[in-house]
Amino acid sequence: MRALRRVGLGLAAVLLLALLWELVKAVVPEDGWSIGDLRVLPRTTDLAMPHVPEMLSRLTDPLAGASADPLWLAVLRAGGTSLRIAAVSWLIGVVVGFALALLMTRFALARSAVLPLVVLSQTVPLIALAPLVKGWGAKLDLGDVTWQPWMSVAVIASYLAFFPVAVGALRGLRSPDVLHEELFTGFAASWTQTLVRLRLPASVPHLLPALRLAATSAVLGVVVAEVSTGMPGGIGRMILEFANFASSDPAKPWAPIFGAVLLGLVAAGAVGLIGVGLGRFRRTEVSA
Amino acid sequence: MTTESLPAAAVHVDGVAREFGAVTALSGVDLTVAAGEFVSLIGPSGCGKSTLLRLIADLDRPTAGSIQVFGRSTEQARLAHDYGIAFQQAGLLPWRTVRANIELPLSLHGVGRAGRRERATEMLDLVGLTEFADHFPDQLSGGMQQRVAIARALAERPSLLLMDEPFGALDEMTRERLQSELVRICAETRAAVVFVTHSIPEAVFLSDRVVVMSPRPGRIAEVVDVRLGDGSRNDALREDRAYFEAVTAVREALHGGAATGLRGVETR
Amino acid sequence: MTAATATRAGLVTRWSHLLAPVVLFGLLIAAWQLVVELADLPAFLLPSPAAIVDEFTAFWPTISGAAVVTGTNALVGLVAGALVGIAGAVVAASSRIVDALLAPLVAGLAVVPIVALAPVLYTMYGASAETGRQIVVAVAVAVPVFVNTLRGLRQVRPVHRDLMRALGATPRQVTRQVTVPTALPFVLTGLRLASSLAVISAIVAEYFGGPRTGIGSFITTAAAGSNYARAWAYVLGGVLVGLLFYLATSALERWGVPGPRRR
Repeated sequence: MRALRRVGLGLAAVLLLALLWELVKAVVPEDGWSIGDLRVLPRTTDLAMPHVPEMLSRLTDPLAGASADPLWLAVLRAGGTSLRIAAVSWLIGVVVGFALALLMTRFALARSAVLPLVVLSQTVPLIALAPLVKGWGAKLDLGDVTWQPWMSVAVIASYLAFFPVAVGALRGLRSPDVLHEELFTGFAASWTQTLVRLRLPASVPHLLPALRLAATSAVLGVVVAEVSTGMPGGIGRMILEFANFASSDPAKPWAPIFGAVLLGLVAAGAVGLIGVGLGRFRRTEVSA
Repeated sequence: MTTESLPAAAVHVDGVAREFGAVTALSGVDLTVAAGEFVSLIGPSGCGKSTLLRLIADLDRPTAGSIQVFGRSTEQARLAHDYGIAFQQAGLLPWRTVRANIELPLSLHGVGRAGRRERATEMLDLVGLTEFADHFPDQLSGGMQQRVAIARALAERPSLLLMDEPFGALDEMTRERLQSELVRICAETRAAVVFVTHSIPEAVFLSDRVVVMSPRPGRIAEVVDVRLGDGSRNDALREDRAYFEAVTAVREALHGGAATGLRGVETR
Repeated sequence: MTAATATRAGLVTRWSHLLAPVVLFGLLIAAWQLVVELADLPAFLLPSPAAIVDEFTAFWPTISGAAVVTGTNALVGLVAGALVGIAGAVVAASSRIVDALLAPLVAGLAVVPIVALAPVLYTMYGASAETGRQIVVAVAVAVPVFVNTLRGLRQVRPVHRDLMRALGATPRQVTRQVTVPTALPFVLTGLRLASSLAVISAIVAEYFGGPRTGIGSFITTAAAGSNYARAWAYVLGGVLVGLLFYLATSALERWGVPGPRRR
């Protein structure tokens, strides 16, 4: 029931957004509204801002020409490709991020050495990695498997995905009270026992949002990495290609944007399902 | 492990000092707790009573002197699971049920599933929480949580129980009920207890001896021998003449130990 | 162990923890240089740090100019997005219907690659203006600022609210004495989280078109022209912009949270 209410409210919010779009289009002059040279409100011509119904109806038209698949199917297909790659990069990111968090939990010195560099790593623009990963991938000898372009995309995207996991898991693994830690010291529990019985369960409330954040980062990473490596077939590439139709077919660039929105929602939703079975780890001890 | 088979004292503290930087938390502390004896540590805030308990539990190390628990070092005693411990906060793991919380030390030390279950059932019965076995800690009152913590501390049949103001956060009625329960449990398990408290009546009611401590630097000011009645305590004792005399004796010891006024000691 | 050796040991530990990242960073750079030289890697794969620094100094005027463009975009977007996020949170905290409508929208925005909007924004605001990029940054920034501010506004403890009520405080006084001080640390945390998003979004938005003025555009241009060391020099410029934003907002956050920091 509550979920139904939330979906209803979400739809209402989206509807309001569409109405706002049409309102701006109706009220603001065609060439936008500027203060001096700075355009504050956008151009509202049908080319710059197509009507919302037009964006939607364009989805059902064929991709190009009369014989091709409808646009929505092409978008879904591209979205599926990107989603699969994002899943792989999420997995890589989670494994690497968690390993780093474990290392930083175990050794205080590793924490002070690695954590600043982990933070620093996120300021390196993703695109810098594209030629690097492509080049190294081509050189890797994987036996029968040859390095595919999508693998480069997955590796590059995982570079964004590992960060929230490393930081969130570290915070979670260090979240137990001093009291609980001393209790385990009193039990003469080994480090591994403390990890499994105390730190891991206590980290769940921090870990779940981190995993969701990693999914979002993986999606963004895949979209950007597709653009920077030039891999065709995914949603990122589609966004870039369809942008060229802005003047001839203004509703068309919106299709992959809707696809990207859907992609983000599906990825986050899928990861959200992980939390369903873990309700007991979100309990907190309340001292009355 | 039973008390009879251990000739050594439960706790033997010899010339212990603990300094934190320039602050001396404890200095020149000597104390012996016999097997099966109940000893309370009482004193104003900053007298080092909790520090002393932490030293005995090997949660901290002294800067001078030595401590032995059942004739071995505190570290050996901790690794051998010689003691059970309870704090002011219950410190239950919120994701484990009451039963699973009590089983925690047992499962950490490799007790099998059946053994754990049997012992937890016994303990639940002992603290009167059998019907709450499958509840989670956040579904219990503070007093019940504290009872679970005591059951957890006793789960491994320790010969020594270390308690740091375990009833400090509870209301007076719950507190008196749990005190009576603790007396009963100690009589059944015959464990030695080192009990840190703020409350004079609590210390007197529970203890064989009350160790009165004074601050700056933390040291033992006086040891009051209580040993009320024939050793079997019940609620009638709270109105006994000897009880009030002991309360007065402890209060005077506290005042003598810190003439500059007492902070943090409840006389209720 | 005596007290003196204890403090000395503590001092040594503290220093080793401060130096650890610097040492590790130095080692990584040295290893990078060594690997490139010993394995004789082509610049396409990985240019050496020395070559990157050479290019960085040689092209400093261009790099700093591009960094200023990208940095300005990120800053304008950060400020605008923060204002929108805070205003939205204030409204949502006081109106249940706005909260109910905004909650799913923000939850959706939080998981969507906002940079996808860049191409249509370039059409709407003109492909030669930076406005489109700044809007992408602003939308990306508004989400964490909104979420954290709202959390902060809801953090006001009942005992404080009761106290102000008992004191007969006006709403304005309550806001000044209780609400703002309680929420401020959360707002600033949101801002720090948003700062790295701002720089990433500003750079990434440049990959999707618009004027070729910022760090992102120059990286692609240099890489397309096979000037790999130069591309990495631009990357270094981007790293510096990101670092500047992170350090500035971290300092702001520290300033806003009085007392000793939690671990």
